[in-house]
Amino acid sequence: MANTPHISVQNLNVYYGQNHALKNISIDIPDKKVTSFIGPSGCGKTTLLKTFNRLHDSSVDVRVEGKVLVDGEDIYDSKAEVTHIRKKMGLLSQRPFPLPMSIYDNIAYGPRIHGMRDKEKLDQLVEQQLRDVALWDEVKDRLNTPAVRLSIGQQQRLCLARGLAVQPEIILGDEPTSALDPKSTQKIEELFVQLREKYTIVLVTHILRQARRVSDFIAFIYNGEIIEFAPTEELLLNPKEELTKEYVRGFVS
Amino acid sequence: MIVASVLIVGGFFLIVGTILIKGLPALSLDLITKTPGGGFYMGKEGGVLNAIVGSLYIALGSSGLALILSLPIVLYINVYLKRSSKLGSIARLSSDVLFGIPSIVYGAFGFTVMIYFGLKTSLLGGILTVTLLVLPIMIRTMDEVIRTIPKELLDASYSLGSTRLEASKILIRQSIPGIFTAILLSFGRGIGDVASVMFTAGFSDNIPTSIDSPAPTLPLAIFFQLGSPVDEVQARAYASALVLTIIVLLISIGARTLSKRFSKNKI
Repeated sequence: MANTPHISVQNLNVYYGQNHALKNISIDIPDKKVTSFIGPSGCGKTTLLKTFNRLHDSSVDVRVEGKVLVDGEDIYDSKAEVTHIRKKMGLLSQRPFPLPMSIYDNIAYGPRIHGMRDKEKLDQLVEQQLRDVALWDEVKDRLNTPAVRLSIGQQQRLCLARGLAVQPEIILGDEPTSALDPKSTQKIEELFVQLREKYTIVLVTHILRQARRVSDFIAFIYNGEIIEFAPTEELLLNPKEELTKEYVRGFVS
Repeated sequence: MIVASVLIVGGFFLIVGTILIKGLPALSLDLITKTPGGGFYMGKEGGVLNAIVGSLYIALGSSGLALILSLPIVLYINVYLKRSSKLGSIARLSSDVLFGIPSIVYGAFGFTVMIYFGLKTSLLGGILTVTLLVLPIMIRTMDEVIRTIPKELLDASYSLGSTRLEASKILIRQSIPGIFTAILLSFGRGIGDVASVMFTAGFSDNIPTSIDSPAPTLPLAIFFQLGSPVDEVQARAYASALVLTIIVLLISIGARTLSKRFSKNKI
């Protein structure tokens, strides 16, 4: 891996109460690449993803030990400012959750809470972000209608645009296409491929073909441990670990 | 299901029917535009405007005050505390208990506190006591609504770098219909309650002019009139009840309309 890592996880352990959900995870996520986490349900992929923007903070009984360095800064340091960390990452969840406001305000929400007030700049930004996710032409005439009136696929792209509007460096996708139809899925995947020029993308998926289509690197997680982490083709075609082999061939699920 | 619907709708029509039949003949413009005259309780001139205004003051004042107090409480429980926090469950349990306490207890409590501070029966005393009465209703109604909002909506806001305060505003937007319901329930309870205002707000034949003058209320006016041996006064009691019902109905419709308007963006 030639690039310096964007996110560097060191000896990370996560516990849900008594349940040891992530065991001694260490992984370097390369800059401006798409890295996918694959593995069976309940293996800890989503948990790992959520540690990156400290979304466990408000959950009960979750204990995080170890280090997660983003740009060399430990985000679990007591001095780290959580809003600043989260601003660096856009999150796409399994189902789109547009904010209860208009399409325009959804995009403008992030920039506004970070202090952007200038109407002209906001207009420009909203248009730019909507164009970036190929939604502008579909919604330009109804920017002030509620975001919930969009289709699920459009909502997911809106959520992506909303995340991009705060100018993050990283995009976290937690099975972002699992609620979408094939066509919307394809659009999101295409977007990821375009966006990796500018962003580091971390994707949780259980669809092997999706991981293969969009990612540069794949990490196979099983039972809270990273079994194998390698460039996409290598991991899928020539896995080194027995467990990976079985999973890729469809035996472990 | 059909039986249940018939029971509910039937009950509604029976109650409204009774006060309509008994109250409509005595309903006059005078009743709602005049304060009681000298011979009002003998069945002569005057109306219950004093009580209408007093009741509105108390119900609006206490609903408003309770809203200001309960919103931070509910948001604190739901946003700042973790899901299974002890403090949160204690708060919920307490408001459930307070919910079930009869209003006369609130009245007696308010009365005791007022004596302690040397206050006379007044609009202020009434508003404060009714606020205590409706606060648990407000808290529990809003809490139930906010608890149904998926956690992911908060996460969505957090992941844009929002603070908890900013995320709270999203919760409020999402729960506007619930907040209106809470206000509506509180208002209905506040305007209809006798026991809590009997000793604290008092009664008078005048429209209250300041917060330390006694405040007449509609339910109490109905109570006094209904106890009268004079037929005309009794009929006016039903007319006053009709007025009370109409006020609650109007507020209810108003709140629903407003709620619809404000919740068009709800997800």
